[in-house]
Amino acid sequence: MLLSLLHIAIIAPFLFALVIPFFYKKIPSIHTGWFVLILPTVIFIYLLTFIPTISRGETVTQLLPWVPSLGINFDIHLDGLALLFSLLISGIGVLVILYSIYYLDKNKESLHNFYFYLMMFMGAMLGVVLSGNLMVLYVFWELTSLSSALLIGYWYDREKSRYGSLKSMLVTVSGGFSMLAGFSLLYVITGTFTITEIIAQVDTVAASGLFIPTMILVLLGAFTKSAQFPFHIWLPDAMEAPTPVSAYLHSATMVKAGIYLVARLSPVFSGSSEWFWIVSGFGLFTLLWGSFNAVRQTDLKSILAYSTISQLGMIMSMLGLGSAAAFYGYEAGYTAATVAAVFHLINHSTFKGSLFMVAGIVDHETGTRDIRKLGGLMTFMPITFTISIIGAFSMAGIYPFNGFLSKEMFLESMVEATHITSLNMASLGFIFPLVAWIASVFTFIYSMILVFKTFTGNYQPEKLDKKPHEAPIGMLIPPIILVGLVVIFGFFPNILAHSIIEPAVQSIYPYGLTGVEHFDVHISPWHGFTPALFMTVSIVAVGVLMYLTLTKWQKIYTFLRLHQKDPVNYIYDGIVKRVVPVAKRVTKVPETGLLRDYLAYMYIFLIVAVVFTLYHFGGFAIETANVAEIPIYVWVIVAVIAAAALLIPFLKNRVTAIIATSFVGFLVALLFVMFRAPDLALTQLLVETVTTALFLLCFYHLPELRNEKSKPTFKWTNVIISIGVGVLVTTMALSSLALKSKKGFESIANYFLENAHDFAGGDNVVNVILVDFRGMDTMFEILVLGIAALGIVALIKLKLNGKEDINEK
Amino acid sequence: MEILIALLIGVLFSVATYLLLTKSLLRIVLGTVLLSHGAHLLILTMGGLGQGAAPLLGQEAGSYTDPLPQALILTAIVISFGMTALLLVLTYRTYKAHQTDDLDQLRGRLDE
Amino acid sequence: MKNNVSLHTMTRIAVFIILSFAIYLLLAGHNNPGGGFIGALMTASAVVLLYISFDLKTIKNVLEFYFPYFIGTGLIIAIGTGISSMIFGYPFLTQFFTHAHLPILGDVELTTALVFDIGVYIVVVGVTLLIITTIAEDDV
Repeated sequence: MLLSLLHIAIIAPFLFALVIPFFYKKIPSIHTGWFVLILPTVIFIYLLTFIPTISRGETVTQLLPWVPSLGINFDIHLDGLALLFSLLISGIGVLVILYSIYYLDKNKESLHNFYFYLMMFMGAMLGVVLSGNLMVLYVFWELTSLSSALLIGYWYDREKSRYGSLKSMLVTVSGGFSMLAGFSLLYVITGTFTITEIIAQVDTVAASGLFIPTMILVLLGAFTKSAQFPFHIWLPDAMEAPTPVSAYLHSATMVKAGIYLVARLSPVFSGSSEWFWIVSGFGLFTLLWGSFNAVRQTDLKSILAYSTISQLGMIMSMLGLGSAAAFYGYEAGYTAATVAAVFHLINHSTFKGSLFMVAGIVDHETGTRDIRKLGGLMTFMPITFTISIIGAFSMAGIYPFNGFLSKEMFLESMVEATHITSLNMASLGFIFPLVAWIASVFTFIYSMILVFKTFTGNYQPEKLDKKPHEAPIGMLIPPIILVGLVVIFGFFPNILAHSIIEPAVQSIYPYGLTGVEHFDVHISPWHGFTPALFMTVSIVAVGVLMYLTLTKWQKIYTFLRLHQKDPVNYIYDGIVKRVVPVAKRVTKVPETGLLRDYLAYMYIFLIVAVVFTLYHFGGFAIETANVAEIPIYVWVIVAVIAAAALLIPFLKNRVTAIIATSFVGFLVALLFVMFRAPDLALTQLLVETVTTALFLLCFYHLPELRNEKSKPTFKWTNVIISIGVGVLVTTMALSSLALKSKKGFESIANYFLENAHDFAGGDNVVNVILVDFRGMDTMFEILVLGIAALGIVALIKLKLNGKEDINEK
Repeated sequence: MEILIALLIGVLFSVATYLLLTKSLLRIVLGTVLLSHGAHLLILTMGGLGQGAAPLLGQEAGSYTDPLPQALILTAIVISFGMTALLLVLTYRTYKAHQTDDLDQLRGRLDE
Repeated sequence: MKNNVSLHTMTRIAVFIILSFAIYLLLAGHNNPGGGFIGALMTASAVVLLYISFDLKTIKNVLEFYFPYFIGTGLIIAIGTGISSMIFGYPFLTQFFTHAHLPILGDVELTTALVFDIGVYIVVVGVTLLIITTIAEDDV
C-alpha cells in the first residue's frame, strides 16, 4: 500500500515543480537551474542502482491500488526496457538542465515557467515508462503532450511558437485519444489494464474480432507521438521551443515514447502480419521521407528535426522487423533487428543530443541558425566544431563512433530481412535494404551539411548579428559528455550489451523465442566482408559525391514542390482552417454568453430528468390520510409569505424589493418558531437583521431596478420554467413524504436524541449535532465563511484601476 | 400541514427561479435569498413538522421534533448569509466597474 | 450624523444588554437554545447597532480590532480541539466532557465542545464584522 521509492521518483518532479517558483522569486541571484539540477541527478543515481538486478533478468514490481474496482492501479513495472528509458530520461535530463543554465539568461527569461514545465515533463515521462498499468500510462502520456506543448509555446509572444505548440497538441493529443480507445478495447478483450496480464493473454487478444481495430488505434497513438509519417509534421514546428527542450523532449525522450509503446506492446500484437507491415512500412517510409527532406532544410534545427523523424522511422522499422522475425521463427533476423533498435535508440540520444546542443551554441553565439548565413566558424569555435564533427560522423555512420555500429547492425538486419520467407517477403523483401540504402545516403549528406556548411567555407560576418566566439564552458560540458559517450560506446559497445541492451531486448519479448531462455548480445565493429560493410562503403562514396554536387541536383526539391513546406502541412492547415470556424459556430449556438440561458438549460434538464424518473418508477404520490387540522394562524402566515414573495418580481423600487425580501425572511423565522425549532428561529432572526443591514449599507451603491424591456417570449419562457420548477419541487416534497409514511422509515435522528446526553453531555440536541456529532461539517462551514469574507474584502479593497474591465481596452 | 408548507415551498422556488432568470443583478441576488428560504423549509418539512417538543432534552417531553434537519438548516442559514453578502458585493462592484447591471450587456463573447 | 443624545444613551445601555445576552447564548448553547453561531450573530448585531447610531470612525477608535485575525484565531481554536483529540489517539474532532466542582460556581459541566463552539463564535463574529465594516468603508 505504501509508496515505494520508485513511486516517489515519479511523483517527486511534480512536487518539486511546485516549489520552483519560490526559488525563482526568493533567490533571484542564483540561476534557478542549479536547484533544479539536484533532483534528476538523485533520480539518475538511484536508477543506476537497479542495473545489477535488472541485468540478471529480474523485474521490480511495486503495486499501489488506485481505483481497484476499475482495474486501474498505480503499479510500477521496472524491467530492462523501462530501466533503459528511465535512465535516458533522468540522465539526459541532468545534462539538458546543466546546459539550459547557460542557455537561458536568468534576468531575461521566465525561468520558473520553464523549469516548472520541464519537471512536469520529467515526472510524466518517468510515469509513462515505469507504469505497469495502461490507464496510468495513458494519463502520464497525455501529461507529456501537455508539457511538450507548453514548452514549445514557451516564448508565447512569438506567432510561430504558438502555431507549433497548437500543432503538436492537436496531433499528439488526438493520437492519445485513439490510443485510449485502443486501451479500452484491450480491456474489453482481456478484462485488465495491467500490461503483464494482457501479455499473458496473447492468444485471447489474437483470436478476438477486435484485434485489428485495437492495434490500429494503439499504433495511432504511438505514431503521432513518435512523429511517424504523416503525423511527423508537428516535430519541425516544435523546434520553436528553446534548444534545451528540443534536445531533451524532441529528440532524446518524448518522441521515443511511441517507440517505447510499440516495443512494450510488441508481445501482444506482433503475431500478425498486419503489425509487421504497418510498423515496418510506416517506419521505412518515415526513414526515407525524413532523410530526404532534411537535405533541403536551411535551418540547423530543422535539419535536426527531420533527421530525428527519419531516425525514429528507422528504429520503428527495426522493431517491426524484429517482431516478425521472432514470431516466424527466424532467430538471426529477430536478434539482429531488435538489438539494433535498442542500441540505436541509445546512440541516437547521445549523438542527436550533442548536435542539438551544438545548434543551440551556434544560435546563442552568432544569433542565427541559418546555414546560408553561417560558415567558417571553425576558427572561432574549435571545441564546438570538434563536438559537432564527432556527433555528425556518428549520425552518418562512420567508423569508429557508436552510430557506425548500430547503422551496420541496421543494414545487416535489413539484408537479413530478405531471408524471411513468409509474409510476402519473398517478393517484397528487397524493398528493405533498398530503402535503407537510399535513406542512409541522404543521412550522410545532411550530416555533412550540418558540419561543413556551418564550420567551414566562407566566414560571412556581415550576415551575423554578433561576433562569434567560443561558448562558455558550462554550455560545452553537456555536449562533451555526450560525444564522450559516442566515442566510448563506439570503442567499447559491450559495456552496454549485457547491462542494458540484453535485459531491454529480453523485456520486449518476455517469452522469448521458443526454447531460448537467455541470449547473448555481443557487438563488434568487424564482421568480415558482409553485405552490410559493402553497403556502408558505397553509402560513403555516393554520399561524398552527392554532397559535392549538391547545388546541381538540389533543384529537384523545387521540381517536386517540396521547397516551401512539407506537403502534409497543406492538409493540416486546410483542416484547421475549415474546422475552427465550424467549431466556433457550433459552440456559439448553446454558448450565448448570457447567464440566464445557462440557468435555463439546467432547469429544463432538471425538470425533464426528475419528471422522467418519477414517472418511470411510479413515484408520484400524495399522502392525504392523516391530515391534521391546520391552525388558522399558520394559514395566515403562509398566505402572507406567499403574497410577499409573489409581489417581489413586480416591484420596481429597490428599497421596497429589499424590504419585501427581508419580510419573507422574518416570517420564515416565525414559521421556525411554530415548528419547534428555537435555534433556527433565533439564527434566522439574527441573520435576517444583519442581512438587512448589509443590503441597506450597500443601498447607495446598488443600481436602480429597471423595467426589463425584453421580448414576450423571453418573459413567458421564464414564467413557464419558474412555474415548472415550483410544481416540481412541491411534487417531489409531497411524493417523498408519501413514500416516507408508506414505508415507515425510521428517522436516524433517534440516535442523536438517545445519545446526545450520554455521549456528548448536552441537552440541546441541535447544538450537540453541530459541535460534536457532525463537528467536521461545522468546521468546514466556518472555513467557507472565512473564505467568503476574505473574498468580499478582496472585491472591495483590490482596485485594478479599471483593468478588470474588458470593455475599456 | 406538510401539504400546505410544500405548496408554500413551491411558490418560493417559483419566484426565486423567476428572479434568477431575469437580467437584473439585484433581482438575482434577491432570488438566491428566496431560494435559500425555500430550501430550508424543504429540509425542515422532510423531517416532519410539529410532532413533539423542541429538541431540548431538558424539557423531558415524550417525543421531540427531528433535530437533524434543524442542525443542517442552521449550517445552511449561516452559509447562505455568507453567500448573499458575497453576491451583494459582487453586484455592486460589477455595477460600479461597468456602469450597468444588465446581464445582456455584461455577457462575455466568444470572440474576445 | 447629528449628535443624537437620546439615541446614543439608549444604544450604550442596549449594547451592554445585547452583549451579555450574546455571551449567555454562547455558553448556554449546549443545553438550551443558543450556541456559537447565534451568540456570534447577536454580538455582531450589537456592534452593528453601535455603527449605526454612532459613526464608523468613532467606533473604530474604540474597538481597534483587525477582524481577519479573528477568523484565523477562531479557525485555529476549532481545528486545535480536533487535533488535540487526535494526540490522545481518538479520531479527529472527538469531544469530551466532565463534571467538576468549582468554588462559588458549584457543579459545572466542562466540555471540549464548548472550546470548539468558542472557535466558531470567534470566526463568525470576525466574518460578520469584517464584511460590514469593509462595505461601510467603501464610500468611494
